[in-house]
Amino acid sequence: MIAKALKGDSRYWIWLAFLLVVMTLGGLSYAQQYVYGLGYTGMSRDVSWGIYIAQFTFLVGVAAGGVMLALPFYLHDFKAFGRITVLGEFMAIAAVCMCLMFILADLGQPRRVFNVLLHPTPHSMLFWDMIVLNGYLFLNILCGWVILNAEAKEVPPPKWIKPFVYLSIPWAISIHTVTAFLYAGLPGRHFWLTAIMAPRFLASAFAAGPALLLICAMAMKKYANFDPGKKAVDKMCTIICYAAITNLFFIGLEFFTAYYSNIPAHMHTLDYLFFGLEGHNNLVPFMRLSMVLGIISTIAIMFPAVRKNDRALVITCAAIFISLWIDKGVGLVLGGFVPNPLEYITEYVPTFGEVMITAGVWASGFFILTLLYKVALTVDRQIHG
Amino acid sequence: MDIKRRKFLKLAGLSAVAGIGAPSAFNMLLRGEARASEKGHGEGETTQATEQRLGLVINVRKFAANHGLAGKCINACHTIHNVPNYGNKKDEIKWIWVETFEHAFPEHSQYKRNEGLDQLPIMTLCNHCDNPPCVRACPTQATFKNKKNGVVMMDYHRCIGCRFCMVACPSRARSFNWRSPREKDSEGRYRFIEHLNPDYPTRMRGVVEKCTLCIERIERGQIPACVEATGNTGAMVFGDLHDPNSEISKVLNENFTIQRKPAAGTHPSLFYII
Amino acid sequence: MYDKGKIIPGLIVFVLIAVSPIIYNRGNAGQVPNPEKSKVARECVRPAQEMRERHMQLLIGWRYNVVRENGAREGVTAGGTKYARSLQLGCLKCHTSKEKFCDKCHAYAAVEPYCWDCHFASKEKM
Repeated sequence: MIAKALKGDSRYWIWLAFLLVVMTLGGLSYAQQYVYGLGYTGMSRDVSWGIYIAQFTFLVGVAAGGVMLALPFYLHDFKAFGRITVLGEFMAIAAVCMCLMFILADLGQPRRVFNVLLHPTPHSMLFWDMIVLNGYLFLNILCGWVILNAEAKEVPPPKWIKPFVYLSIPWAISIHTVTAFLYAGLPGRHFWLTAIMAPRFLASAFAAGPALLLICAMAMKKYANFDPGKKAVDKMCTIICYAAITNLFFIGLEFFTAYYSNIPAHMHTLDYLFFGLEGHNNLVPFMRLSMVLGIISTIAIMFPAVRKNDRALVITCAAIFISLWIDKGVGLVLGGFVPNPLEYITEYVPTFGEVMITAGVWASGFFILTLLYKVALTVDRQIHG
Repeated sequence: MDIKRRKFLKLAGLSAVAGIGAPSAFNMLLRGEARASEKGHGEGETTQATEQRLGLVINVRKFAANHGLAGKCINACHTIHNVPNYGNKKDEIKWIWVETFEHAFPEHSQYKRNEGLDQLPIMTLCNHCDNPPCVRACPTQATFKNKKNGVVMMDYHRCIGCRFCMVACPSRARSFNWRSPREKDSEGRYRFIEHLNPDYPTRMRGVVEKCTLCIERIERGQIPACVEATGNTGAMVFGDLHDPNSEISKVLNENFTIQRKPAAGTHPSLFYII
Repeated sequence: MYDKGKIIPGLIVFVLIAVSPIIYNRGNAGQVPNPEKSKVARECVRPAQEMRERHMQLLIGWRYNVVRENGAREGVTAGGTKYARSLQLGCLKCHTSKEKFCDKCHAYAAVEPYCWDCHFASKEKM
């Protein structure tokens, strides 16, 4: 079936070539970082996690978002998702691969990464994160591939795949919960020490994942002659809408707890992110943009006129995706470091090399996604003509 | 027996994986069990009481009275341990340093604070907590609690540089090697290490480091370098908190002391007399 | 066999490439390394052959024991003298030159242990 990815028109190859160029540039930057050390990035003693971990956190959400297609189809027999469930699984594969690459890029001693396996540490959330992420990757590869293979041969999938499919649904919830636990269990970081960390993560994941998937589906409708179907698109918009509303609601809850209780430790980070703190405000424009984009696009996606118009839909989904990317990636992760537990403010700006490596990893993810989607689409065209 | 080629390849592949995987998995399980039985369950590793509990009482007033004493302590520690000085705040590595009251005890009320407090040099280092969040966070046990004396240790050989411990520490005691501390200048001298101590290693780029309460000196019957640097001013008292007859227990009994971030429940072993 | 004309020459080419280093050196394995013996002491903490085979296991065992298990930092004897169970403070007290001792075999075997990233090799090359 992999051979199906090797046949494509010129636009397909140009897209892959472009991705390869970005991947190469990212790889070269990484080689520099590997030799010099992580000082190559903009991270410092106070902001010890930067955009690598921020992207990782966001992408775990995107990977978990795939479950929003699997759940209605496998548990509730929502047949309209039949043709695109495999797209959700493949997007999860690409997203988890990106997560693993970002973690590797972020390690100070990448050659020692197997220490996490050699010395299992059940009390560490990073250990469980490694387990659930790799497990989810395995589950999605297994389920996606076996079911697609069966579809290609026009036979029903083998019975033994059913338990794996059912397992992947709560597993998707678990990957993002464990990632939230990385943050939510640290006694020194008040911004993250909140019980709704995991629900917030999940809400934004269930909006961001399907939003990205919808953008990809629309792209494939335009360039690859693949129509997911009106019912599927409409249902996805509903899911995105509810998830985005829930996420905005949760953000509102955070604001309430911080500003109504007036406890400085809870307010300071939100002050820094949205209003500026003691003159430091380099993230304020991003956070405000995220809120504006998020609110406008969440309202927009409720309108049938937007849902029916392909271009408007893509722009709205892109706005939701970018808004959530800023909120979770930039705001949530970087915000936890400002002010630091000793009440110092150190701002963080990524370096050019760091951005190149990030772009390289994103390009790798899209590369994997493109190849996988090509296979899925070819099979789909084979059956449905 | 007629077997299709595909079925044979699948069988061969599975047997190879099983043949390689099973004995090594079995081995790992056996080793893992042996270690697990030492540790107890996950939480036991971090909160079990140790026979000795080494701690420090830092008398901030005596540091204020002895001008330059704080610098002597910092110098002693950073020189003995080859702590590099990169000259910029971004790459900064520090095991012990001076904080102001406002930043060392941010949970304390700063309203109508005595202005003299701002001049007090608060010696800040790893608190060697009894319930350390950094040990809980580390995915490889590169940082772990010493079972004999409660010191929070660093195993630089195992650290993968994920910096989760730095994120977890409420006292910001940890530093990371953002670049190699071993860079040499054109004359072959180490650029970032002014006075080299050849009897103690450096670290490499990509690992986290912090104060280890001079465990290498303690195990040879000495006291930590910073404590030694205070001479007989009594500015730092070092000893076993579990021993009711030790000097440190007496000092704690006779003085009002405060600790950093008590609300976090980490049970530090450092006490401050302000 | 299908495609015999392509497979058999291909296999021959592969085998030739695989054994090319041996052909290039005409079967000569190079000079056996001769690390300089210590001038400080006559006896090592373990017999020479055991050291040749297992010195890394010994060092890692010491490392694990001293760093992680509160193991004794001193205590290994050789020829009546006590040494520290340490690379820097033990082994290198007798084998004072990394270049003349350690590197000789490591270079031959193309081994680059990362010990030297942190531990100091010899007093000469500070």
